[in-house]
Parts: sequence; structure tokens; C-alpha cells
Amino acid sequence: MYEHDVIVVGAGGAGLRAAIAAHEAGADTAIVSKLHPVRSHTGAAEGGINAALQEGDDWELHAYDTMKGSDYLADAPAVETLAQDAPDDTITLEHWGMPFSREEDGRVSQRPFGGLSYPRTTYAGAETGHHLLHVMYEQVVKRGIQVYDEWYVMNLVTGDEPDPNDRECEGVVAYDVQSGKVEGFKANQGVILATGGPGQAFDHTTNAVSCTGDGHAMAYRAGAPLEDMEFIQFHPTSLPSTGVLISEGVRGEGGILYNDDGERFMFEYGYANNSGELASRDVVARAELTEVGEGRGVEDEYVHLDMRHLGEDRILDRLENILHLAEDFEGVDGLVEPMPVKPGQHYAMGGIDVDENGQTCINGLYAAGECACVSVHGGNRLGGNALPELIVFGKRAGRHAAGEDLGAAEIETGYGDDVEDETETELPVAPGEAGLDSSGGVAADGGVATEAEGLLERAVEQERARVDHLMDKDDGVQHAEIRAKLQKAMTDYVNVFRTGDGIRKALKIIRECREEYQDVYVDDPSRTFNTDLQQTYETRNLIDVAETIALGALVRNEFRGAHWRQENQERDDENWLKHTLISWDDGEPSIFYRPVILEGEDKTYEPKIRSY
Amino acid sequence: MSTQQEQPQEPESQEAPEDPEMRGAESPQDKRLKEKEQGLAQEETVDESDLEGKTVHIKVFRYDPEVEAKQEPRFDDFHVPFEKGMTVLDAVMYARDEFDSSLTFRHSCRQAVCGSDAFFVNGRQQLGCKTQISDLEQPIRIEPLPHQEVVKDLVVDMDHFYDQMHAVEPYFQQEDLPEGDLEEQRQSRENREKVKMSTRCIWCAACMSSCNIAAGDNEYLGPAAINKAYRFAMDEREDEEIKEHRLRIVEQEHGVWRCQTQFSCTEVCPKDIPLTEHIQELKREAVKKNLKFW
Repeated sequence: MYEHDVIVVGAGGAGLRAAIAAHEAGADTAIVSKLHPVRSHTGAAEGGINAALQEGDDWELHAYDTMKGSDYLADAPAVETLAQDAPDDTITLEHWGMPFSREEDGRVSQRPFGGLSYPRTTYAGAETGHHLLHVMYEQVVKRGIQVYDEWYVMNLVTGDEPDPNDRECEGVVAYDVQSGKVEGFKANQGVILATGGPGQAFDHTTNAVSCTGDGHAMAYRAGAPLEDMEFIQFHPTSLPSTGVLISEGVRGEGGILYNDDGERFMFEYGYANNSGELASRDVVARAELTEVGEGRGVEDEYVHLDMRHLGEDRILDRLENILHLAEDFEGVDGLVEPMPVKPGQHYAMGGIDVDENGQTCINGLYAAGECACVSVHGGNRLGGNALPELIVFGKRAGRHAAGEDLGAAEIETGYGDDVEDETETELPVAPGEAGLDSSGGVAADGGVATEAEGLLERAVEQERARVDHLMDKDDGVQHAEIRAKLQKAMTDYVNVFRTGDGIRKALKIIRECREEYQDVYVDDPSRTFNTDLQQTYETRNLIDVAETIALGALVRNEFRGAHWRQENQERDDENWLKHTLISWDDGEPSIFYRPVILEGEDKTYEPKIRSY
Repeated sequence: MSTQQEQPQEPESQEAPEDPEMRGAESPQDKRLKEKEQGLAQEETVDESDLEGKTVHIKVFRYDPEVEAKQEPRFDDFHVPFEKGMTVLDAVMYARDEFDSSLTFRHSCRQAVCGSDAFFVNGRQQLGCKTQISDLEQPIRIEPLPHQEVVKDLVVDMDHFYDQMHAVEPYFQQEDLPEGDLEEQRQSRENREKVKMSTRCIWCAACMSSCNIAAGDNEYLGPAAINKAYRFAMDEREDEEIKEHRLRIVEQEHGVWRCQTQFSCTEVCPKDIPLTEHIQELKREAVKKNLKFW
């Protein structure tokens, strides 16, 4: 067994930042990650980091833009914390050597992004995430923080108390991918989940294949609710054949979208008469698909993004990486022809229900980054707001887990006094009923262990037994088949445009996937670097996460942010200024709601019609 | 296990460039862009339309120390249906998901930034996700990176590579920071431009694997680590004292002076980093500072 004060699961932007902060606060900190840190998906972020750094800008404007962009589903205390902390935390990165793009006077450069009232996106070419990730890993190396890389975390270790609010997180169970050894990791002070997004629930995504919602699913099964999972961002500019992301920076610098008739459709058809291409992402994604749907798409599939008029010098200075991506993955030279683009799954606004300090309702369990929902993005995340979220809330979670007093949180978590129970929703199937291999759930054996060591030992035994079972089984279904089916159902039915009937179909297929998973087996007999085994675990996580996305999308019978419903094409503030929470309760999901907090420090954010 | 001993080895991929002077003057990326402009870009080996509807023949290196049938290294043949735009990574993923789930390799981002899928493809170090099937001659041989210990199939042990990266103190060391809440360090555009290419390294280890010197000298820091040192030594935000400390690290016995300017690292770098030039520049800096050299 390994033992540390704070254990961070995942080594992308949020995980590294959390680890640095916990270490600085004096905790013995370790990172456990299924990838080596520099392989994390934060490295693929392109655009930049929003922070009110310049004179003429201030955090209040940043907070206002974010509340508006969220379609009033973000919690004001979280948004204000983000906007207030981002400038300092961004400059800290500069002090750590981050190679930001520069102005003539040597100061960091900022550029316009969609939905921002001021050009406040700090960037490093079109590869901001790559630099952010590497700079933070460098700081982890500098501080000598222990990293267990290529260790896959299989489960969280918590007590069996009936109410999740009474549970304590004692650590995690993980296995060494290289040797297959399953071990317990005891966390004396806290576990921070920083496992990134669940993009692999969809088959056309900008996300890495490692983005399988592991943290989401583990927290969910341990009793922490998942919040606002229906809000999935589809990025308007991904390459059609692969899903590779073309940064919003292209439109920020002045890139133009055209349909097959050569019309600048954002203006021509009135999708966004003021902001045009720089309207927020949900607006642009729907506009593109509407163009394709009405027969004005190129090859009935995509639209064109043109940056040629920006000139070679500016492109090479600020968007060089985009030229390489378009050339390598689509065979298009962005200097001489427009690039084909279409919407692709990009980001999950929802996630594990946490407060401003990163804490879940389970004592000692934290989450930060894309796997968490504070919530700062609400119904729609603004471009350039994901990276500040990583550094601001990663840092806060690290400090809090290490015992620093950050003041009481204003946001509540879990099933508390402020929640409202489910309104009647007719579900097509009882989603969780089939369940999954029961040995993985909390208290599956009805055991009585209450001490941390006992709980850890029991959890390690459970996982070892689960691995043995999967590997000893000689035939059945392979995870890849289930995963492909799940991904297709989500892309077919829970995409940019959604209908109640479609979502019900998706839920039925997800249920089938659950049933098939009962019979899953691992064909590779080796304990050495068994990716088959790892992906079998991941696929189970994807089933849980996909189900919460579809359930959330079904019950939210309105149109808000990225969530569009054919039956209700209006935002319904009267009934829906509230977060959807789904928790895993005795083998099935239960749904409840919590009101949005629109009251900030000095003012209340009044919902307004969102026009661009 | 070393791939060199156990594995049927392709001829070494290192080739001296035809004219080293030319290479120094212009990065492969500049050259590529220029060729493109003049319409001289190399034609694809195979016309994609000829491949459509056909299968692609890949031969994949297999080895697992634990499984009896795989202890003796071998190549497995897979025939994968071709799709337009298909990459080497797509092909091995298809083979794994459809034919043999024990086929093992690292991969994650699919967009050439995580650096985990560097393989030896038809005798050259390449990122699987970035290499188009239609650019390759069939059958396509896919092997783990040479000169690295093989863990299983296409997975190599990266520990030595990471150790070398860590050996150059790969982190910013300026302690004397500007005062004031939001005051950043100033960096000129020219200086950022100077270090820009060096900051693009994704730690894929293709360069290390292609380097003859690293193959023969296990202690040689290697191109990636030296490039990392360059990234900081040339950054004007660190002061002179730290720069000298950095130069002392790279001019040690197994540092920059081992490089024989064969350009193989520069040739294979998927991010077009002029690695050899960076090594040469550090040699010059060390000489200018009058540091002892070997």
C-alpha cells in the first residue's frame, strides 16, 4: 500500500496545478495518472486563457460575460471567483516561464474570443494548452512531487454510510499498467479527481481517446452527484474526418465562415448580426448545422473556414499550428484554400458537483477541471474559459485539500436542504436497473469495515477479484463493440439538435450496453501493459457517464445554452433556472435539482435574452 | 529486451543529409512550405483513389515477455479496410478493435501533440497519428522505436528518455521576479521567436531513437534533452548566471560535444524542431563562455 497526504488523480492542467498548490501548502502530495503527465489532453488546448489583465478591462466584465455566456446557468460565486483569481494565476504561469505571445513592449499579448466584451484571451500561439501543460509539469519536476505515471485508478475508497454526505474518501485503488499490479493508495487528507472530460462518449469528438470520464464515473458510483451533464459543448470548428480541433483563435483573429454558396452565413441568415463568427460556440454550431440541413453545406456535411485574407505573416505568427493541423489531418493548405469544418463534441460543461473550493459532498473528495462542475460554464462555456478554470480551481482544490482555510463556500453540494426533487419524467427504461458487475459498487459485500485501512484492503481485494474475473473469462463480449455502439447512439441522438424521442432511443441503447457489459471479458491474457483491460474499465465508465448525459437531456425540457430541444425552443427561466443533479442511488440514478445562484458579491445577474 | 538484439532489424534509418550547410540554413518546415508554394511538394506515393475499397497490409511487431506464444518476437499480418485519410494509428486501432484486442501500443490525442504514438514505420521514426497510409509503401512495417527496451508489442520503456529530460533541470529558474501584483517579466518578440521552435517538443522520443550516438552511449543526454536545455538557456528571462549553469550541464562529457551533426534527429522530428542546430548553437555558446570542453 502507498500512503500520502493528498492524492491527485490525473495529471493534466487541473491535476498538476492542484498538486503544486497542495505541495506548496505543505502536504505530502502524489499524482496518480494513467498517462505520463505530458501526454495529458490539456496539451491539445489551443486558444488561450481569459484573464482581465489590461487597463480598461476588469474582473467584473469577465464575470458578466461568463454569466451571459452560460445562459444564466452558472453560479455567480463560482464565476466571480474565476474572474477574480484568473489574472494572478495567469501571471504566475508567466513567472514560471510560460512562453506567452508578446506585444512590442514585451508584455503578454491578448486577443478577442467569442462572447467576450474585451480582448482578454492570453495565448501562446495556437498551442496554449501544450505550453501550459509542459510549464506545470516542469514545476512539478522542480518541486520533486511524486508522480505515479501509467497507473490506472480503478475505484475510490469510501465508507458505506447510507448518506453520501456522511462518507469519507480514504484513498483510491489503482493498477500499474506496466506490471498489472493492483495496489491501494491511502490519502490521509484528500483525493482530488482531475481526470478531464468524457468526450469518448461520442464518436466525433475533439477529445483524446483517454478522455473516458473515469473521475465522473468513480465519483458518481461513490455517491457524489453529477451536475448539468446534459450540457455538452460542440465546438463549431473541428476537422470533419478526424475531429481535430481548429482553434477559435482563427475566428478571433478574423477568420470567416462561408457556406457552399460562398455566403457569409452568420450575417447573411441573421444567426448573429452583431458578432458574426464570434458569437458564442453554441450559436455558431447550430448555425453551421442549419446551413448543412438546408442544403447549403459543402458536400452536405461541413462549411468552410477561411483565414487566407489574414495574410501569411499574421497566420504564421499567431496560428501556425493550425496550418500544420489542416495540412496533416485534412490535406488542406490554409494559406491557399479555406479549411473544412463542422461541429464536434468538445467539452462537458457539467461534471462532478463541487463548491468553489473543489469539495464534493463526500468528505475528503475533491474534483477540479473539466471533470468538475463548480459551476462556471453553466449552459455554454466561453472559449478561453477552460484553462483559467484549471488553474484557478485546481489551485484552490489543492490548497483546501492540504488544509488551508479558504473561507466557507457559498455553493452547496450533494443532496442538501436546498434541493428540489424530481418532477415526474417518464423514462423509457429503468436506466440503472440492469446494473453493472456488482462487485464494484459501494458496500457491495455488506461489509462492516469502517477504518481506512480495512476499507482500503477490502477495495483492493474487490478490484483484484474483478480483474481476475475479467481475465479468466474465456469468451463473451469485447468492450470495443460496446463502446462503438454507445458512441454511435450518443452522436445520433444526443447531439447538437435533440428530440425527446431520440434521447429515449439513446437511453434504450445505453441500457442494452449495460446488459452486454455483464458479459464483457478481456481477451489479452497478459498482465503486462494490458490496454484491453484498461479500456474495459474505461468503457464501463463511459456507460455511466453517457447515461447521465442522456437522462439530463431528457428531463431538461427547455432550450438553454448548448442544450437544444425540438419540443421547446425557448429558454424557460420560470421553471429551469436550476441545476440538474443525478446521483447513483442503490443501483439506479436518481434525479434532483438545485437553484442557480445568480447573486454575486455586489450584484445580481439578471437573466437577459442572449443575443450576439 | 533490446530491439536491437531480438528483433529482425531494418537497416539503420540514419542518413547524413546531402548538404549539411543547406540544412542549417533552412528548417525542414521552411523547406516544406517553400516547396509547397512552388508546387514542388512531393506527390503521394499512392493515389488515395487507388486504395479506396481495398485493404491495407500492415505487418506489426509483436512481443510479450509473459505470454508463451509471444515471447519469441515476430510480425503479425493484418489486412485493414482502407478509408480516405487513414493514418497508421487508425490502421493499428482497427486491427486491435476488430482482430486482436491484445495488440498493444500507446496513443491518446490523435492530433500530434501528446507524443505517445511514435513508432518505427517502414524504417523511420514517425508519429502514428500523423502518418498517412497513402504515403507509405505496402506492406507497411510497424515496429517499436529502435534502441529502446520493448515492454510489449509497440510499447517501449520511456524511463531512460524521461531521466535524460530531467537531467537538464527542465524548469524555469529565474527567482528574481518583478514586483507588483500583475507585473510580468518582459520578453521581446524576437526572443520568443528564438525559443519558439524549441518549446514545441512533445517528448515523443523519435529523435533519441534515431540518434546513432545515443544508441552507442547510454549516458548521452540526447537531442530532446539538449533542446530542452536550449529552450531555457536562450530565454532572456533567465539571467546570465543561470544560463552559464545550464551551459555547464550540457557541455559535460556526455553532452553537446557527443553530437556528430548527422541530422537524423532533425530529420525525424514530427514538430520540425531544428534540433541539430540547437545543439550546435549551445556548443558555440559554451566556447564563447570559455567553458572547458571535452
